[in-house]
Amino acid sequence: MILPDEQKVQLQTKSLDYDILIIATGTKIVPEETEGMKGPMWHKNIFDFYTYEGAKALRNKLRKWKGGTMLVHITEMPIKCPVAPLEFAFLADAFFTNKGMRDSVHIKIVTPLSGVFTKQKANEALHHLLIEKNIEEVTDFNIERVDYENNKIIDYADREVAYDLLVTVPTNMGDPVIERSGLGDELHFVPTHKTTLQTIAHENIFALGDATNLPASKAGSVAHFEAEILTENILRYIDGQPLKKEFDGHANCFIETGYNKALLIDFNYTQEPVTGTFPFPGVGPLKLLEESRSNHWGKMAFRWIYWNMLIKGVHIPFVSATMTKKGKNI
Amino acid sequence: MKKVIANTTVECTEEGYLTDFGQWNKDIARAIAKEQGIELGDDHWKVIEYLQEKHQKEEALTIRGIKKSGVIDVKTFYKLFPGGPLKKATMIAGIPKPKGCI
Ligand SMILES: Cc1cc2nc3c(=O)[nH]c(=O)nc-3n(C[C@H](O)[C@H](O)[C@H](O)COP(=O)(O)OP(=O)(O)OC[C@H]3O[C@@H](n4cnc5c(N)ncnc54)[C@H](O)[C@@H]3O)c2cc1C
Repeated sequence: MILPDEQKVQLQTKSLDYDILIIATGTKIVPEETEGMKGPMWHKNIFDFYTYEGAKALRNKLRKWKGGTMLVHITEMPIKCPVAPLEFAFLADAFFTNKGMRDSVHIKIVTPLSGVFTKQKANEALHHLLIEKNIEEVTDFNIERVDYENNKIIDYADREVAYDLLVTVPTNMGDPVIERSGLGDELHFVPTHKTTLQTIAHENIFALGDATNLPASKAGSVAHFEAEILTENILRYIDGQPLKKEFDGHANCFIETGYNKALLIDFNYTQEPVTGTFPFPGVGPLKLLEESRSNHWGKMAFRWIYWNMLIKGVHIPFVSATMTKKGKNI
Repeated sequence: MKKVIANTTVECTEEGYLTDFGQWNKDIARAIAKEQGIELGDDHWKVIEYLQEKHQKEEALTIRGIKKSGVIDVKTFYKLFPGGPLKKATMIAGIPKPKGCI
């Protein structure tokens, strides 16, 4: 538990004093928040893929599944990696096609938002993918409960969607330690200044990544860009200088679309995803908001970049912490 | 863009959300509600005031927030503003449409 007034973190057997604290406890799924979700059918025909156990159980299920209606369902926003459910649906389409059983699988994305892509330009540019891949969408669906006996989900307007296989992203919440310490909002995310990453309640506590309540995507790329600005602001805080209001919500996400292709989106708090080239204006090699093979190879290359550069703290050339408008068709 | 609601010219988005809360008043709310097929009663006003308050505090507007607000339960909220209650209620309240993050 964190004791901000005493500037201490209480562990089970000892406590740690701090002058400055950085909270980066991430977010977790909490299926218990939805009636009937984590019941007797959990990991039988209702699965998450945001935990190791869930992903593994789902893999085993998909290996022997004979087909039917598969829902890819988002319980409520915000969730980490908001594009992951979409990516899952695209990859599932390719997976069932490769297995020669796509005709016997009906894929539906069910979302509380008004579109599969929340931003309008992305919706317009990418809607054709859903049609091409024969993925149906059910929007504005705020789930009330899972009727696991009759295999259907029901929303507050009494709409029902039936399933044979429910792949859901349950409610995402901050770690219970945030609640215990009285540092969170209703979802246990830490209220944080959107540009400086200092927490609202305590000037010597900073927050990073999924643990914050920032209106940015909860994504690894966001945590990475935040980290650069956070480092500088902590040094400034120590020096007694004003903090830099620099973080702009920059996110950069690859979306695998199956068949060795991918999409790439680059956006921030105010600039929604648009088409263009990345990272070099007019050159690419990556294309924004468009399906391409080079994007897929970009994502594959990112594996190496992750382990050999990101983890070691080596700066990635040409990609800045704040978003650039260069190369974007705005 | 500009739109005339309840004999007043207001600035709003293409979807019909006011862009300047200063231009909002109860007559405008009633007129927007009417366009949505909603006649505003006491319960509607309670919800509208709650949403405006939350918006002023820059807190996110969510179904979960409604659930915890103690103002109204979610089922009733859906009955008051049928078909996309948050979208409709915010439009009537003169505040921006809640946006989910991508
Ligand atoms: C299926 C999936 C696909 C994704 N794909 C992408 C992608 O392609 N690109 C991308 O950018 N992002 C992606 N993400 C999102 C990305 O994984 C997260 O946004 C990122 O890991 C957030 O980093 P973080 O450090 O804030 O939190 P985390 O990585 O969750 O780290 C938090 C850490 O804190 C620890 N912790 C929590 N509470 C306590 C406690 N009380 N005591 C001690 N330790 C504690 C946890 O054990 C954990 O190790 C994906 C996520 C999922 C689930």
